[in-house]
Amino acid sequence: MKFISEFRRSELAAGLISQIQRRSKTPVRFMEFCGGHTVTIFRYGIRQVLPKTIEMVSGPGCPICVTANADLDKAIALSQTPEVIIATFGDMLKVPGSHSSLQEAKADGADVRTVYSTMDALKIAEDNPDKTVVFLGIGFETTAPTIAVSILQAEEKGIKNYYVLSLHKLCPPVIRVLLDSGEVKLDGLICPGHVSAIIGSRPWEFIARDYGIPCVVSGFEPLDILQSVDMLVSQVENGKSEVEIAYRRGVRPEGNQQALRLMEQVFEPCPARWRGMGEVDHSGLKLRKKYQRFDAELAFDIEPGPTHEPVGCICGDILRGVKTPADCQLFGKACTPQYPIGPCMVSAEGSCSAYYLYGGGLEG
Amino acid sequence: MCLAIPALIKSIENKEAEAEIGGITRKISLWLTPEAKVGDYVLVHTGYAINILDQQEAEETLTLLRQIAKLAEEKG
Repeated sequence: MKFISEFRRSELAAGLISQIQRRSKTPVRFMEFCGGHTVTIFRYGIRQVLPKTIEMVSGPGCPICVTANADLDKAIALSQTPEVIIATFGDMLKVPGSHSSLQEAKADGADVRTVYSTMDALKIAEDNPDKTVVFLGIGFETTAPTIAVSILQAEEKGIKNYYVLSLHKLCPPVIRVLLDSGEVKLDGLICPGHVSAIIGSRPWEFIARDYGIPCVVSGFEPLDILQSVDMLVSQVENGKSEVEIAYRRGVRPEGNQQALRLMEQVFEPCPARWRGMGEVDHSGLKLRKKYQRFDAELAFDIEPGPTHEPVGCICGDILRGVKTPADCQLFGKACTPQYPIGPCMVSAEGSCSAYYLYGGGLEG
Repeated sequence: MCLAIPALIKSIENKEAEAEIGGITRKISLWLTPEAKVGDYVLVHTGYAINILDQQEAEETLTLLRQIAKLAEEKG
């Protein structure tokens, strides 16, 4: 068992596709919340093998894409501060803020370093005691516990030059906002697998209960997605709305209690700005009082200046699932992965990037 | 960004492990999965094991998918 190749077997995919085609009678629209799922769906051409009764729409589950320009501008402004080293996951570099990107700031002399893990960022802080390291805390519930650990480790080791700009986002509150807006009518939701590895499947129950929308927590291999679609179809055709886990090897209903405890110890919920959705209550995380000395927002005077949105970019609408990249006049012309204008083209998990790289979905 | 990949734990020292990921061995943190043991497969996200993969659940899922494939073949 390697947990990868077994879940890519084409003969098993054929069985699932055949079962979905047999079972699906009612026209439905399913959303995959997570950008990782969007990539699997496009890479393996899953939209094309589903029956005409099933429409798939992509959701806002890409942390880089939903980071508001005002927050990006803060990170870029911080990179201009003398003696500051910005440590960040690589995807963030090319995302354009109001005036420039971290990559442009780096080309102009700012010390911006790409890291794979918060452990690398801590090491940079230890190796550069005369400088200050600011880690850009961007990510969902999957990533937030790892950043909580880095803060606890910094405290344990007495590392005094490590700070976090906490721009974390929580998924369940924004799904509620999306559903309350009524802009997109959904008949089923594929819930994010690795967010659920941390929070479990229970935080999705309000969607099935209050909105009557079937939910299935999915893994990231093509068989996982097909199985999740099949389970959603089965719920729809049987008039059910429950939360089920297709990704049973990686997700338990109660989640990862240790990760939740550490996240809770270091962070508390706060309002957060989402691109396309505005400010959403309780959808962000800020450092608790006890750990405030690690908070970059409090440690530095950040003056990013006025915020601008790129003219013609419809990333906000795409993130809410009300438009697709095919509706954007910049897509593939002014905006490409090499010269991106909006974040959904920058991030490997953005809808625009998936449409651009794997095509095929444009007509759907 | 929530990418996490399966890795096999080879050895453990304190809260760190050597784990094999697609043929490459690298250090991962076990802060979030202190109960992980040598021989476990874990899901690794940005250098941290975020969950232990459940081998039995994986087998059961695959058995179910094989049954679905068999049924599909019978129904033509």
